[in-house]
Amino acid sequence: MDYLKTVALVAGKDLRTELRSRDQVVTLLFFALLVLVVFNFAFDFTVIDFVTLGAGVLWVAFIFSGVLALSHSFQIEREEERIQGILLAPIDRSAFYLGKVLATILFMSVVEAILVPVSVLMFNYHFSAQVGLAILVLILNTIGFAAVGTLFSAMTTRTRRSELLLPLLLFPAAVPVALAAVKTTSHVLAGRPFERYASWLALSAAYDLIFLSAAVLLFDFVLEE
Amino acid sequence: MSGGAPPGPEATSAALRARSLGKRYGSFPALDRIDLEIPAGQFVLLLGPNGAGKSTLLRLFATLIRPTSGEVLIHGAPAAGEEAAGLRRRIGLLSHHTFLYDHLTGRENLLFYARLYGLPDPGRAARDALRAVGLEERSEDLVRTYSRGMQQRLAIARASLHAPDILLLDEPFTGLDREATDRLQDNLRRAREARRTCVMATHDFAAGVPLADRVVILRAGRVALDRAAAGLDAAAVETLFRNTTRPVAEGVERSWTT
Repeated sequence: MDYLKTVALVAGKDLRTELRSRDQVVTLLFFALLVLVVFNFAFDFTVIDFVTLGAGVLWVAFIFSGVLALSHSFQIEREEERIQGILLAPIDRSAFYLGKVLATILFMSVVEAILVPVSVLMFNYHFSAQVGLAILVLILNTIGFAAVGTLFSAMTTRTRRSELLLPLLLFPAAVPVALAAVKTTSHVLAGRPFERYASWLALSAAYDLIFLSAAVLLFDFVLEE
Repeated sequence: MSGGAPPGPEATSAALRARSLGKRYGSFPALDRIDLEIPAGQFVLLLGPNGAGKSTLLRLFATLIRPTSGEVLIHGAPAAGEEAAGLRRRIGLLSHHTFLYDHLTGRENLLFYARLYGLPDPGRAARDALRAVGLEERSEDLVRTYSRGMQQRLAIARASLHAPDILLLDEPFTGLDREATDRLQDNLRRAREARRTCVMATHDFAAGVPLADRVVILRAGRVALDRAAAGLDAAAVETLFRNTTRPVAEGVERSWTT
């Protein structure tokens, strides 16, 4: 079977099961919206400019909802030992990993697509950023977070305290992408010239490339007991 | 079981072979120097107390885990390395876990696995497999609405969807009522008649013995008994099992109480 078809098949299966159960999507959205509401009450945005704090607020919401999506991603495969059914199939196991990454990216994208306009309205932000660049920033950093998160989710899901271990392992490893995400988003929200944050974008792209490549090479061993 | 070509000319060769096979989990030796040769078309009943290594052996045969020492050969080819993916196509695994997704329908579950195996006509394969286990009428219902017996029938359809010539069965009767057990036995009898190679780990002697050509008993990760099943009934196998595993069971009991 074509590699890309397997990736799409795994991602499609995850989307279908999650949309049917609805628990995951609803939890992610409400959690992310709650973060925005809490920050809205915590800071007086008539005094503090959204450009200063907005990037941090948004990425706290994206990252925490991403962690929820990631911990659920492999939990569903561990229940009923479904992972064995996947591992038995004559597929390249890295295609399974990439399918999981794709599904996580899509879940996070849904949250981002709803949260960004909501935050613009909620914080009374006069949108001056270039939409194309804003989308590029979101995509690059979401890919990086999903890539490293899916790898650690697969590693920790077999352990008894996977909910605890996943953030413990993930957060230090995700520091570069989190920093780059906040910095670039901040620059984009302020409508600054591309040259000011091109190096941060390059860091995000390099991070994506390194983690995706390493995970594709190592994933077979990650699933080993 | 769904259709598919039974094993051909290689029926006389070993479908599965364990060569000095060992598996350790940390310092715990789950399997220790197992040598076993299972000819194509043979139905092997794998017995042993809990922790004897039955599931580990089946998972090694299924290429789900790598051995610590020794090797597994599937139809003469080493199960490790680059050939593993191709060899997995010849294997079906059925356990008391169904590997099915609750929020997909029966048909969607089979379609997913059919596509994962790259079957040429997934829709037809799913339809045929559903018909073979008598679940056509419930094919559009979510699996979470199925009874345990129906889920296990769907799991049989899943395991045999790609017409594997080797079936590995890990406690497949667990949690099934009498009717579901009878249905599963019928399916396995058909697999046996089709000369598929079957290795079944079970504690259910009454359900397993009538199907078996050979009985293998594991004890503490080693083969303690290996003999033909001809002339044995469930009671005789149970007696053999007790006699073979008693020393270890007593040893374990002693270690718990001291």
